[in-house]
Amino acid sequence: MNHPLSELLKSALGDAISQVTLFRDEVTLHTSRERILDVLTHLRDVQQFDMLTDETCVDYYPREPRFGILYQLYSIPRNLRVRVKVMLSEYDASLPSAVPVYRNANWLEREIYDLFGIHFEGHPDLRRILLPPDYPGHPLRKEVPVTVEENAFSFNRARIDAAKPYATE
Amino acid sequence: MTIVESPIRVEDAPQNAVRVEDVQLDITLEQLKKLVSPRALTGETMLLNMGPQHPSTHGVLRLLLELDGETIVSCIPDIGYLHTGIEKTAEGKTYLKVIPLTDRTDYLAPMSNNLAFCGAVEKLVGIDVPIRAQYLRVILMELTRMNSHLVWLGTHALDIGAMSVFLYCMREREMILDIYEAVSGARMMSSYIRPGGLWRDVPAHFPQLVQRVLDVFPGRILEYEKLLKENPLWKERTVGIGKISAQDAIAWGMTGPCLRGSGVNYDVRKAQPYSSYDHFEFSVPLGSHGDVYDRYKCRMEEFNQSLKIIKQAMDRLPPGPVMTDDRKVAPPPKHEIAYSMESLIHHFKLWTEGFRAPEGEVYFAVESGKGEYGVLLSGDGSPKPRRVHFRAPSFHNLQPLGEISKGALLADIVAIIGSIDIVLGDVDR
Amino acid sequence: MGLEQKLGDMGIVTTSLEKAVNWARSNAIWPMLFGLACCAIEMMSTQASRYDLSRFGMELMRASPRQSDLMIVAGRVSRKMAPVLRNLYDQMPDPKWVIAMGDCASCGGVFNNYAIVQGVDEIVPVDVYVAGCPPRPETLIDGIMKLQEKIRHEPLRKWQ
Repeated sequence: MNHPLSELLKSALGDAISQVTLFRDEVTLHTSRERILDVLTHLRDVQQFDMLTDETCVDYYPREPRFGILYQLYSIPRNLRVRVKVMLSEYDASLPSAVPVYRNANWLEREIYDLFGIHFEGHPDLRRILLPPDYPGHPLRKEVPVTVEENAFSFNRARIDAAKPYATE
Repeated sequence: MTIVESPIRVEDAPQNAVRVEDVQLDITLEQLKKLVSPRALTGETMLLNMGPQHPSTHGVLRLLLELDGETIVSCIPDIGYLHTGIEKTAEGKTYLKVIPLTDRTDYLAPMSNNLAFCGAVEKLVGIDVPIRAQYLRVILMELTRMNSHLVWLGTHALDIGAMSVFLYCMREREMILDIYEAVSGARMMSSYIRPGGLWRDVPAHFPQLVQRVLDVFPGRILEYEKLLKENPLWKERTVGIGKISAQDAIAWGMTGPCLRGSGVNYDVRKAQPYSSYDHFEFSVPLGSHGDVYDRYKCRMEEFNQSLKIIKQAMDRLPPGPVMTDDRKVAPPPKHEIAYSMESLIHHFKLWTEGFRAPEGEVYFAVESGKGEYGVLLSGDGSPKPRRVHFRAPSFHNLQPLGEISKGALLADIVAIIGSIDIVLGDVDR
Repeated sequence: MGLEQKLGDMGIVTTSLEKAVNWARSNAIWPMLFGLACCAIEMMSTQASRYDLSRFGMELMRASPRQSDLMIVAGRVSRKMAPVLRNLYDQMPDPKWVIAMGDCASCGGVFNNYAIVQGVDEIVPVDVYVAGCPPRPETLIDGIMKLQEKIRHEPLRKWQ
């Protein structure tokens, strides 16, 4: 807790921040989904964090709450980075969209929706962005296996070939 | 075969001009109505599909354009045609084995991606990199930036109609690929930068290869500038086209030459130096208008700055090891394995299980040719990452395309896409 | 030239129609200008200054599938791209051939995951597989010459 930013932000944001962690000199502010827009607006307008560098989701699978939404912010005038983190339960995976605060959250949130199935309330255009629209499920969740096809070797090649849907003319 | 009998005939071709009801954008009509202007519903404006197979979209980008005559009313990018699932595959591999995957995200700047990922791993695990490796990384990073910019310049000029620049750029690019091949053995997918340093030291003829680049390039850059910089056709197509203001560029999260073309001085190399970039003198070229021409000028000046950094780093290249001696992350030298039991155990553990990274999240960013290339890495205490997320500069730079191209002519969209310098492998990952 | 001296004044060569047609087809293959991923950059290198594919009569890349004979699938094919790729293939006029360039197009490569088609041969019939990730330009040229060899021995009936 010796990073200058962590104390400052904690006092400025008050009870919106449940916890401030410092890991490898990186400040992470933990907040709740009810307060996330307040926190982001304060960081943008008062603390000059003018750029949303990245927004993504991490699946902490056996844990509950399971999903962590990470907002990576950067301040060009102050040359500082800060991360905001919201934890979401698997059974109620929705939170307010950050598009009103940071415009470029639009595609980033569509990507999170696409790959993790997190719902963003108030998002202007929430539909799949990377995968085809008829794709079943959300593949970056931990319950989806990493590989789809058995590795082919000389001993099992015939079996894999038989199951493969080879195209014809 | 069941295709049409005489496919060259015009009437058999699928009609490009379509009404709203016929658009096959894989979205529902209600969603589409929100994206286009109300005039499209009455048929006053025309919807035009561009891509994903189109030579000027630099890969498999798809655009749905709403046109009023030749003026673009709205532009809806549709990405994901190259979605590779790299982030998912990375979760099933040890940290070392993720590096080859990073090559394939932004495949024009493989070393930048390697460094971003390795930097994140080094930050997460807490590894120090020897100074020689840091300097060599800087040299390779700058060569990578030039490689990326050469393909940008070649294809951008080709799109606008200057064919010869493409051939010249590809000729010079081969010189850089020769260096890649000399150090890593591969022309494109180098995987040369590893957590803790480099795979191996550079070969003996590396200085000559780099010197050749340093000797040849300044003249070649002048040659490109002679062809383009004051060319009235080039200026006609680029000056004042695709403008974006500094505030908008920041709000859209644009980085790299796209942001600096608008006059914002943000370069990760200067702001948060990594790999001892603070040891070198260089300046960050800035534009002022934020149009296609300023972005072009920024990148052309970056060639010169890259050469300057390479020259300094080559002159001051220190001797010493190129890999950390922390045996928990770096393999022992091969000759040690023959007589040291401990080395053998380290070697075995590293190549079978990999090293473990602590629980926690780190973000590490480098300035690649296209902008801030960041890696958000979440470790869970095991040898495999819990989550790897690539903060792809092309993804962020492409997002405001709809806004930038509003009101532009149809032909200008090709120039704008070229000047944003997207790589679809980076956008879709 | 040797040919004129051998033929003398007659100016007539007898051969089978099949051989003559295949000779013509194999030496003027027009590939489609269609890049997907990393391999497309190597495909560009193949056509550009150092490797210069036009030495083999194949520099005429057509941006339209309706004017091309050869589809070089240069890169990984995602599930979203697969129907588009098949659509492009169907639009190409007969006779037509496909080269799967690189590991991803041949078998999915390192990307054994939810997003990538595990080999483009699940979508279109492939004539030549070119190995490498990405294949060097020499390898691609070799693949194209293998295809020429294949075309020279194709029965005419195949494209009825």
